[in-house]
Amino acid sequence: MSECDLVIIGAGPAGMAAAQTAAQGGLSVVVLDEQPRAGGQIYRNVGENRSKHAWLGKDYSAGAHMVDGLDHPKITTHFGATVWRLEQGHRVVWSQNGISHITPAPHVLLAGGAQERPLPFPGWTLPGVMPAGAAQILMKTAGMLPKDAVLAGSGPLLYLIAAQMIDAGTPPKALVETQTPRMMLNAIQHLPRAVFGLSTMIKGLGLIRKIQRAGVPRYKSASGFSAAANTDGSIAFSFTHKGRNKTLNTDLVLTHQGVIPSTHISRSTGVSHRWNAAQVAFEPSTDIWGETNVSGLHVAGDGAGIGGAQAAAAAGQLAALNILHKHGRLSADARTQKATSARATLFRARAIRPFLDAAYAPPAEALSPPDETIVCRCEEKTAGEIRQGIDEGVSGHRQIKTSLRTGMGPCQGRMCDATVRGILIASAGPNADPIAPPRARTPIKPVSLGELAAMAAGSDQSS
Amino acid sequence: MNIASRFNVLPDDGQTVQFTLDGEIVTAKQGISLAAALLAQSGTASRQTVNGAGRTAFCMMGVCFDCMVNVDGVPNTQACMVTVRDGMRVTRQIGLRPLEGSNDV
Repeated sequence: MSECDLVIIGAGPAGMAAAQTAAQGGLSVVVLDEQPRAGGQIYRNVGENRSKHAWLGKDYSAGAHMVDGLDHPKITTHFGATVWRLEQGHRVVWSQNGISHITPAPHVLLAGGAQERPLPFPGWTLPGVMPAGAAQILMKTAGMLPKDAVLAGSGPLLYLIAAQMIDAGTPPKALVETQTPRMMLNAIQHLPRAVFGLSTMIKGLGLIRKIQRAGVPRYKSASGFSAAANTDGSIAFSFTHKGRNKTLNTDLVLTHQGVIPSTHISRSTGVSHRWNAAQVAFEPSTDIWGETNVSGLHVAGDGAGIGGAQAAAAAGQLAALNILHKHGRLSADARTQKATSARATLFRARAIRPFLDAAYAPPAEALSPPDETIVCRCEEKTAGEIRQGIDEGVSGHRQIKTSLRTGMGPCQGRMCDATVRGILIASAGPNADPIAPPRARTPIKPVSLGELAAMAAGSDQSS
Repeated sequence: MNIASRFNVLPDDGQTVQFTLDGEIVTAKQGISLAAALLAQSGTASRQTVNGAGRTAFCMMGVCFDCMVNVDGVPNTQACMVTVRDGMRVTRQIGLRPLEGSNDV
């Protein structure tokens, strides 16, 4: 069982930046990531693609140098490695190719990033409806371009993907946008601060200009999404626009309504979480270095609250500097001094967030969809069944889970927790008690009994 | 319903691999995920739920488990989390998720 000083879970911008800073400071670092290669979702496959697929853009290919930074004698990487348990103290339990391993370390950094916010509506489970981020993964990893797709929802990523599709020569058939003038009005108050993130704003406006110049139809303030399968397997995507029902027929509907922190691992480990009202999501509570209430445990990147890739990399550096300090490698003063440029980057990157959070807020129906909508994809439970349960006196995440099985499937609530919460809040009214985040328990990803038995039999070989 | 792929697959001068899907031979680009290979092959469901609803790979990043298929006898395998390999035997998963770690081998 070889020891290391720091285990980093997640090799996206936060994890990669932290690994580099920690290794340069003299710590031995183990990096674990579920995917086959480094980069996280934003820089997915960038080490292989480099500047191939120019339509993915310069911001994407810039991630290649971070992947190269992992090539350091003090950094050991394991890919295809799924962490399914984190014990305080710490021991990280992870699975690779059906065999579980335990890596002990005094410090652990959670850098697991975010997932797309589920955007449930009637028909969102049909083949031909996918999250836009999923299509972008196919573009990055398999050179697969969406055919004549309808992009639906809102958020900066929706515009980015539309622009990438245009540059790749397969523009979207239409953008169906949930943003309302009221959301934009709410966002305007945050503009003065957003000026510090001016370059991001200019990039965003450039994306929108590109979409307009390409002549892609935009249906703004759209609502009431639903999808139905046509007999040929294509999708009839319907929505309300300017008070009228509109249906677009397409092979592919790509939805997006922002991203939310992945918190299963932090929730399973006793980290306290806070509700971020602006981002409509739970996030782990941390101090300015990313340290949590659990000794030796830090969180950095979008998994600690959505800030984007630049903020994630800066937060990863800050966490690594604090870990170096805790490990006796840096004085408090040296830590603070070395943190100056990362702090400035983090400030600039976060400056634009309140504007973006307000401008691309999830509409009420995305959080609490109509009765016929499947909410729990694994167990096929609808919003109506959940509302009926609430009417019969079921309350809170746990009771809904035990009585209806929502969140009991293999995804463990990753696709339904946010919606169950939205329905609970909509049903309870404004003066109800706050709803605690759902519990997350070991194993936080499914693991076979055979694999557990093999561990118990002592066949584990730790790395 | 049997719809062709919902994606344009960019030509690539790289290697290909061959696997079987319910006994039929499928050719795919080397190095991509099995879920990507299935979506490149067809737009039709790769799984059927207990209620008989068709599903295809959804999130592509290991979160949603809609891409579960049987790979070389191992059920509930997330197709988005495995790289496609020569000679892989893939079957669509129909109905209830099996509990046993391996069947039909």
